[in-house]
Amino acid sequence: MKPELLLDVTNLHTRFHIAEGTVYAVNGISFSLKFGETIAVVGESGCGKSVTMMSIMRLISIPPGEIADGQAMYRGRDLLQISEEEMEQIRGREIAMVFQDPMTSLNPVLTIGRQLSEALRVHLGMDNQKSRQRAIELLDLVGISDATHQLGNYPHQFSGGMRQRVMIAMALSCAPSLLIADEPTTALDVTIQAQIVELVLRLREKLDMSVIWITHDLGVVAEIAERVLVMYAGFIVEEAMVDDLYEDSRHPYTHALLAALPRVDRRRDQRLRSIPGAPPNLLVAPKGCPFAARCEYVFEHCLAEMPPLIEVGTNHRSACWFDVKTGKPR
Amino acid sequence: MTDAQPAMNIKPDPLVQVRDLVKHFPIRQGLIIEREVGAVKAVDGISFDIQPGETLGMVGESGCGKTTAGRTILGLYPITAGSVRIAGVQVEKAEKAEMRTLRRKAQMIFQDPYASLNPRWTVSAIIGEPLRVHKLLPDEKARTDAVHELMLKVGLSPRLINRFPHEFSGGQRQRIGVARALASNPAFIVCDEPISALDVSIQAQVVNLLEDLQDELGLTYLFIAHDLSMVRHICDRVAVMYLGVIVELADRNELYEHPLHPYTQALLSAVPIPDPKKDRARQRIILTGDVPSPINPPSGCRFHPRCPIAKPHCSQLVPEWREITSGHWVACHEV
Repeated sequence: MKPELLLDVTNLHTRFHIAEGTVYAVNGISFSLKFGETIAVVGESGCGKSVTMMSIMRLISIPPGEIADGQAMYRGRDLLQISEEEMEQIRGREIAMVFQDPMTSLNPVLTIGRQLSEALRVHLGMDNQKSRQRAIELLDLVGISDATHQLGNYPHQFSGGMRQRVMIAMALSCAPSLLIADEPTTALDVTIQAQIVELVLRLREKLDMSVIWITHDLGVVAEIAERVLVMYAGFIVEEAMVDDLYEDSRHPYTHALLAALPRVDRRRDQRLRSIPGAPPNLLVAPKGCPFAARCEYVFEHCLAEMPPLIEVGTNHRSACWFDVKTGKPR
Repeated sequence: MTDAQPAMNIKPDPLVQVRDLVKHFPIRQGLIIEREVGAVKAVDGISFDIQPGETLGMVGESGCGKTTAGRTILGLYPITAGSVRIAGVQVEKAEKAEMRTLRRKAQMIFQDPYASLNPRWTVSAIIGEPLRVHKLLPDEKARTDAVHELMLKVGLSPRLINRFPHEFSGGQRQRIGVARALASNPAFIVCDEPISALDVSIQAQVVNLLEDLQDELGLTYLFIAHDLSMVRHICDRVAVMYLGVIVELADRNELYEHPLHPYTQALLSAVPIPDPKKDRARQRIILTGDVPSPINPPSGCRFHPRCPIAKPHCSQLVPEWREITSGHWVACHEV
């Protein structure tokens, strides 16, 4: 593991064995994250972006889940191999998560103060008074005014945006080195989303964290990420620095996705370019490129073999047998 | 419907005419003797017209009343005050028979393609229901043929006619919802967030379908959405709602290029642009706080507590609804 890397995942395979068969959710993905770096994982529902993170955090229930193969090295330890006790020390303390729906992630019958101080007491061994003091500081940090009074309130007394702030305060309580945010703004309105994005960007600087931001929104990615992984049907199909991805996308899926988006800053010039069909059925073991059925550049080889991630530029990799730039197969 | 075409010079009669529409939901308290203790002022006096063949967009944050407005216009909620006229039918006074005609002419497409289709019914029964209810095609064979045709129209294979909703993907289900709305041959369709539950690659398919159907059948849409990028793409004119009132209304390019109301400006600046360089370069207006409760909306201009340019009189006087340039309406003291 290179010294500049905080997290290094190789060949991760996650499957779910259900009544209908086996769901091939994540199919051998590899990626890494440097200290202090922010990456975005982008893809549509069912592409495996959340399952990847849940696998790394060991939050997949086994069975029906199965991590069939892979390694997730974090500061020299393989998160997929260490004991549950060791994992509990890392989860929430060194790697924290924020989820999409702040209402279902908070316990409705406990006060905000109680829920905020739990991690502090469990992980950092603080007493009641100390953890209360720290909880107030955390609420201040995420921009909740009148923190002392708010500690006694229950989740239903907060709006969606405020709840997400509480979730972020909770995630940050032990000063983690990695924050995994799984669609944290999807349930929120754009004006509130802008507040939360700004908050995370500010806190990332202040606390010197690495961030993995999972989203389906290519607009939010452009705002927050330094580097982007594009996922499709359990594979990483493209990986690039954020500017390169938008200006010079090399995978037909990324290309098509960007072309399918209307833009708030542009006049309409034509119909939207839709992507025909739908993502593949994950109950079928993957063979060939998963995007082949919807791809405009498809040729025979695509159906037979899954292309590996090929270097197409500096820090830019694409998994495609076709070179969009030269217009020829590789 | 390209940008090159200017607004119509001679306006035909509007298909939909909404005047000072109010919808309040009473809040009652007490078990035996119920008293009204207040009201959720979901829609509090909105007015607009929709021309035949036009798409009017209605945007705003959750709780601003856009969905309630759409449903009240169709008479799905009793109207508290004001008037709505659709294709000659005065909705607030309509008798039962008139209402039945209206329900045939004005349809709705819903947000959630999972909750809006009966899971125990086949596609055939779902799409054929308007035909049966309105006694448009009493003969079963004729009805099946019509359902076939509708499925083809929305891009579904008629082979799937006896399947159940759970056998379809989200995008296909939304197509079923569209086919059902088309069954009674309507002139006006309220599309209530028809694509927000769908993935990006599927959204474009459904939007293109709605546009094709509009061209083919001359439909008029009220398109309710919170996705401002999609609204700019699909709508001819756009109304911005905040806490039960319309704060700005204009042609799409006018609204997106010259927003006048500070709320519209903040809303547009909050929409992320899928272009990192452009996104970094632009100035954002970040609003503080949340939308206040519609039970007790702020006095004067409802936006004043969050408004970056509010003056003292904004909290006292309700701003007038003014036409600033031709077709560009706004309610703000400071414009």
